[in-house]
Amino acid sequence: MLLIACPWCGPRDETEFVNGGEAHIDRPTPAESVSDADWAAYLFFHDNPRGWLAERWVHAFGCRQWFNVERDTVTHEIRRVWRLGEPRA
Amino acid sequence: MERYSAWRLFREALNGHRGWTPAWRSPSPKRRYDAVIIGGGGHGLATAYYLAKNHGMTNVAVVERGWLGGGNTGRNTTIVRSNYYHRESARLYDFSVRLYESLSRELNYNVMFSQRGVITLAHSRHDLEVVARWAGAAQLHGVDAEMVSVDEIKRRIPLLDTSPSARFPVWGGLMQRRGGTARHDAVAWGYARAASRLGVDIIQNCEVTGFSRNERGRVVGVETSLGPIAAGVVGLAVAGHSTVLADLAGFRLPVTSYALQAFVSEPLKPVMDTVMLSLATGAYISQSDKGGLVIGGGLDLYPSYAQRGNLPTAQRVIGALADQMPALGRVRLLRQWAGIVDVVPDSSPILGETPVEGLFINCGWGTGGFKAIPAGGTLLAHHLATGEPHPLAEPFGLRRFATGALIDEAAASGIAH
Repeated sequence: MLLIACPWCGPRDETEFVNGGEAHIDRPTPAESVSDADWAAYLFFHDNPRGWLAERWVHAFGCRQWFNVERDTVTHEIRRVWRLGEPRA
Repeated sequence: MERYSAWRLFREALNGHRGWTPAWRSPSPKRRYDAVIIGGGGHGLATAYYLAKNHGMTNVAVVERGWLGGGNTGRNTTIVRSNYYHRESARLYDFSVRLYESLSRELNYNVMFSQRGVITLAHSRHDLEVVARWAGAAQLHGVDAEMVSVDEIKRRIPLLDTSPSARFPVWGGLMQRRGGTARHDAVAWGYARAASRLGVDIIQNCEVTGFSRNERGRVVGVETSLGPIAAGVVGLAVAGHSTVLADLAGFRLPVTSYALQAFVSEPLKPVMDTVMLSLATGAYISQSDKGGLVIGGGLDLYPSYAQRGNLPTAQRVIGALADQMPALGRVRLLRQWAGIVDVVPDSSPILGETPVEGLFINCGWGTGGFKAIPAGGTLLAHHLATGEPHPLAEPFGLRRFATGALIDEAAASGIAH
């Protein structure tokens, strides 16, 4: 069971949240000159590490805000939560 | 290695069962093999077996970090079926079911393949339309799939609450009579024994820590915890850990690893002689020959390598099942566990070449890899031995993610992704 600290609402049960995949993925631009390979990388080829992962979550059954979380995919420990738009490091 | 038979069992019984020998050899690794398979689960062991049997390649090793069948092969709910929606998938999975039908005889090992039928329940008019479309597609592809009425479902699954006031009302369903279950350990051990008999070296407790490359970047061997092993070609069959190995080899995969939970109950007298999948709740259930109810459900919907699973998903699955089969409400669970499944955006496997020369892959089976073990092994062996994809594997190459030729089986995979 995860306890996720929403930056707006504080710690809440994992059942209030939905995972949104890897964080800090930049959409390639300009769209008309993006190669098929780059577009596939953006859409499908994401980090899937055994260990620390920066990912997005949304507080779907709460304030409905998106934010970023750094979580260990083996222990599920969360060591950092930060808002969208804030730098990763 | 002696053949298993009723006569042999009788003879050993008279002898106090002191004459049995290990089912496979456990040699130290040689310095070089024509092919090295990473991953000693069903898919890896089947690949080694078919390399030796279909292609005459016997200088082959299977390297496994833990023990044989200790990953998803030993953690799934053992359901085998082939009623998929798209032609490419239906042909692939039906090829696998046909291999399962003769597997016990072929391996001289009882894999307990039991074609007890798989029933998929529809819980609304919309479910019923989806299921009808699905049955039609499967029939077009030559796979047995038929619509079944509520009365027929009630007859086959007396435990199920089919009353009009049920929490999950039953409108009908889809049945594949050739579907069923097999004994998971026996599939791994049977392939291991048969492969070992043909000369394949099976090396357990041997973790791959890197790949050795030549000056052109081609993979020419693996670095392991037991030292380097040179290889003509390398095959990767490690399911949920595919991206961990791909990171070591320096290429990317469109794979996300999730925990998929399963449960087994205390042994009961026979209460269910078929397999049931529920579209509304995602729960699926069958009864093992030992009497335990084997139960699975949806994914824990965030990336995980923890082979345990979290409580909210367990509660959702078990709660839904207790609603659907009220008589099971007081049955106790013996065990709960999770396997790490490799989910791909289109819920179809990735078979064949990788961007790294000399390295071939079999992954992305997601929540349904067990049913595909004989096919996955045959197809990867074909590619490793001939350098060309098997016709059944060709549509499932990694390049489909750039060309857009996806094979979207999100619905037919039967588990919410």
